[in-house]
Amino acid sequence: MSKITADDVRKVAKLARLDLPEAKIATYTGQLERILDYVAHLETVDTEGVPATTRAVEVVNVCREDLVTPTDVREELLNEAPQREGDFIRVPKIVAS
Amino acid sequence: MGIADSREQGIAEWRQQLEKGEVSARELTEHHLARIQAVDPTVHAYLEITSERARADADRIDARRAAGETLPPLAGIPLAIKDNLCTKGVTTTCSSRMLEHFVPPYESTVTDRLWQAGAVLLGKTNLDEFAMGSSTETSAFGPSRNPWNPERVPGGSSGGSAAAVAAGECIAALGSDTGGSIRQPASFCGVVGLKPTYGRVSRYGLVAFASSLDQVGPFTTSVADAAELLQVIAGADPRDATCLQAPVPDYVAALDQPVAGLRVGMVRECFEAEGLDPQVKAAVLAAAAQLEALGCELVDVSCPRFNDGIATYYVIAPSEASANLARYDGVKYGYRAPDATSLAEMTARSRAEGFGDEVQRRILIGTYALSAGYVDAYYKKAQQVRTLIRRDFDRAFEAVDVLLTPTSPTTAFGFGAHSDDPLAMYLADLLTIPANMAGLPAINVPCGFDLEGLPIGLQLITGVLEEPRLLQVAHHYELAAQVMQARPVAPLVP
Amino acid sequence: MAGAAVAPASPVTSQQAPWEAVIGLETHVQLGTASKIFTSASTAFGDAPNTHIDPVVCGLPGTLPVLNQKVLEYAVKAALALNLHIAEHSKFDRKQYFYPDLPKNYQISQFDEPIAEDGWIEVEVAEKGKQTYLKRIGIERLHMEEDAGKLVHAGSDRLDGSTHSLVDYNRAGVALAEIVSKPDLRTGREAAEYASEIRRIMRYLGVSDGNMQEGSLRCDVNISVRRGPDAPFGTKVEIKNMNSFSAIQKAIDYEIQRQIKAYEAGEPVRQETRLWDESKQLTKSMRGKEGASDYRYFPDPDLGPIEVSDAQREGWRAELPELPAAKRHRYAEQLGLSIYDARVLTDERSMAEYFEAAVAAGADAKGIANWVTGDIAAYVNANRLAIAELPLKPEQLAELVQLIEGGIISGKIAKEILPELLEQGGSAKAIVAERGLGMISDPAAIAAIVEELLAAHPEEVAAFRSGKNKLQGFFVGQLMKKTGGKADPKLANQILIEKLNG
Repeated sequence: MSKITADDVRKVAKLARLDLPEAKIATYTGQLERILDYVAHLETVDTEGVPATTRAVEVVNVCREDLVTPTDVREELLNEAPQREGDFIRVPKIVAS
Repeated sequence: MGIADSREQGIAEWRQQLEKGEVSARELTEHHLARIQAVDPTVHAYLEITSERARADADRIDARRAAGETLPPLAGIPLAIKDNLCTKGVTTTCSSRMLEHFVPPYESTVTDRLWQAGAVLLGKTNLDEFAMGSSTETSAFGPSRNPWNPERVPGGSSGGSAAAVAAGECIAALGSDTGGSIRQPASFCGVVGLKPTYGRVSRYGLVAFASSLDQVGPFTTSVADAAELLQVIAGADPRDATCLQAPVPDYVAALDQPVAGLRVGMVRECFEAEGLDPQVKAAVLAAAAQLEALGCELVDVSCPRFNDGIATYYVIAPSEASANLARYDGVKYGYRAPDATSLAEMTARSRAEGFGDEVQRRILIGTYALSAGYVDAYYKKAQQVRTLIRRDFDRAFEAVDVLLTPTSPTTAFGFGAHSDDPLAMYLADLLTIPANMAGLPAINVPCGFDLEGLPIGLQLITGVLEEPRLLQVAHHYELAAQVMQARPVAPLVP
Repeated sequence: MAGAAVAPASPVTSQQAPWEAVIGLETHVQLGTASKIFTSASTAFGDAPNTHIDPVVCGLPGTLPVLNQKVLEYAVKAALALNLHIAEHSKFDRKQYFYPDLPKNYQISQFDEPIAEDGWIEVEVAEKGKQTYLKRIGIERLHMEEDAGKLVHAGSDRLDGSTHSLVDYNRAGVALAEIVSKPDLRTGREAAEYASEIRRIMRYLGVSDGNMQEGSLRCDVNISVRRGPDAPFGTKVEIKNMNSFSAIQKAIDYEIQRQIKAYEAGEPVRQETRLWDESKQLTKSMRGKEGASDYRYFPDPDLGPIEVSDAQREGWRAELPELPAAKRHRYAEQLGLSIYDARVLTDERSMAEYFEAAVAAGADAKGIANWVTGDIAAYVNANRLAIAELPLKPEQLAELVQLIEGGIISGKIAKEILPELLEQGGSAKAIVAERGLGMISDPAAIAAIVEELLAAHPEEVAAFRSGKNKLQGFFVGQLMKKTGGKADPKLANQILIEKLNG
């Protein structure tokens, strides 16, 4: 695990869609570095042949029947949108970046 | 007749009084609304007080009782709900600007079960933003204060719920626990806090932080009350695929099962943890002695991988959180940054402006840990160490029936104690994290006070779905130790 | 790294193997379950925007997915039909990227443990003027995932130049099966046939209606070219936006030429995504598309693993119908039908089953085939009927055909009574008996009628005998009229010629 740089933080912020001012990038870089440094401790643990755990208490083959239950809160759902336009939710133009 | 101290009687006693007509649901609710009015300006446990709704709930119960109906088990009992549980028609903010005005159009399964059981909603309580924190200091709407000493934090992330119960602002409350967010504030606030087995309680409606670790659980003034609440909220839910089908036993009936002969494991790594306050250690050791006096056998056990818990947690939790919080993009609900000229700008600004620093930090860590080139070293590795932590528990439970540890290395710290160093804040979770990693049920029970009058808590942990045994041991300890009977005077604690 | 321009590994030299295209198809099939893959909202198509939504569809805080068991059933059946191995242990993963048609900004999909891997299908490649051949196309995998919603870009008819976009989540959460072929395809035609066969199989199974126009079947193409089968792969280009099988074929044919021309001119071929432009009939670069995305896949903690037991799998396998390829083989080899007829009859399962029922009722396969692929197909198409709804039942068609085969009625009579049979069904035998439509096969009877005819038209007879052979048609017509179309055509012709020639 290598050190995290401000550039890494910028890239990750972009991936995570966080528009961060440079001052914050600088602060976060220092803080993340400390945290990741601590987390690097995991490297020292021998995990040869150890399976990963996604859920501590496993559930297998959980399914539901193919039944339709129409919602009774369609209006409420659409009204949650910051900008509703009729039956649609409106967003600013998607610029091909 | 006046309403007695919340601490002197529990849900069962209130239920009896309500049934006999010695007190009405409305009176009980008004008492708590008045209490909230009196102390919450200081405690700030509540983000929203739903007085009208509470009165309506209470009146309905009284009317049903008057009509001769047999009422469900929590009829008329006023509760507070952590504000990361969706309550239909009632604002649910997760203490974040991102959801400041969000009113869910649906009810979470756990709260629905509470209302079906007749409980009254007093209001929504404060938390660290999106449940990320250990003090409520990351709340976008100001921290809550510890009723034992308002200059101290109540713990987190469910600090509001813990404080509300401690201050007598409700009879019980719900919180959520991902790395200790019920147990640690329960410890700081001197109340009982239970984190059930992963999957015992439905997460449908709990705003997700780390999906494989989150669980909903009760804050109460007694273990018996915790059993009452767990009884109502536990059980299968077709809306949550991770919720277990296992039948729900009678937790209340199980409480009186004798504990003599049970083997109590003292986890060495927890008692030798760095930063463990000697007063905390002493109080928990005294509690161990109390258990011995009850006929339990104390056994030394070692769980070396517990020391990897923090590192494991601070990879897994932020990773899952980074995906769970991706949905907050200003499109469908929540905060949308104004005057954006493109979608990309709108989303990036909404998230930068809507989320506080701690949330942003964790999203960054999580995104980093899952990104190409790092996912094997971080995320996959952490999931493997998680398996090792579980194996430590499995091994321990071959030798003992229940584990005992302190809940938190210290008592409640002061505001701003860790503001410069997020990592320092994380290190305080070391005793609670392992139970989340392994999905095991764990409970905090008050076991003493430090010299400053701040509560100390002990943690008990049992195996998967062994809540009956967990509650049993906790209950017998509580009755024998009578810790609250000797409590120091604290102006905000009734 | 997107946009990387890669020149071919081996520069153009004089001794070169011919160019070979290497093509793989990624097909998304919408599974026709009633409710969505992870929630109980309806999958119905064509309703007002944002009708089929609920808190889970919209990714509201606190909501959770639960797998639709019918989706699993359909996915496994589709996989079995494609000869894939069903995984013993399969799980869901989160594929993360931000886009407004994706409510949670991650798609629940399957990454490294898909429900099925390593299969194949047999494709019959037919092209006008060329020999039809069979080819086995490998299939890498089939996995389950959720579909995204739809965006309408307002203020322009394309993404570029729009002023804002409108989001519709009706489609968000509909179940998809993604089928990834191995890069075994070599021509546009093969790719079109492969896609068409996938669609055919899905329709046979009843797991999807495979409608490319409505978007329930979508194909993306991955294509590169190289000098001969042993050369290293060239730069892979992805092509999207083909809405029909012919578009797939044309897009590939165009792209192959484009790539070859580029290499031969020493120009680089960029690794990129291109869109097929149906109006201009060419592929064009999707400018500005981000580089290879980092999807940050990780196992979805909200969903447990899927373990299909042997019993479950075999139970579902037993429910599979006979598939198109098997039918095509059987029709050609056992029933002696032509490749063409076999193809037409097996295109839709309902027609194949109609045909088979008629044959089972005892009539000659070729005879039935002609009627089904001819008059009957034309009738059901014109009247927008499902062949299963046709009043003329297979057994009744068989009866009709048997009457012809047995020389009871003539083909002409059969054609005459067909319309009423199509409209009302019924017994051809009964109709023939009622109306005395039986064929006249007695030579003496025919001879008598022919003699009457000749006697009635002496000028025409003379004209014929003096060389006007075309008048035979006149006599045939008259004979048919006189006999009400019931004369055995062969015999009648024979006797007529005899007598005409004196």
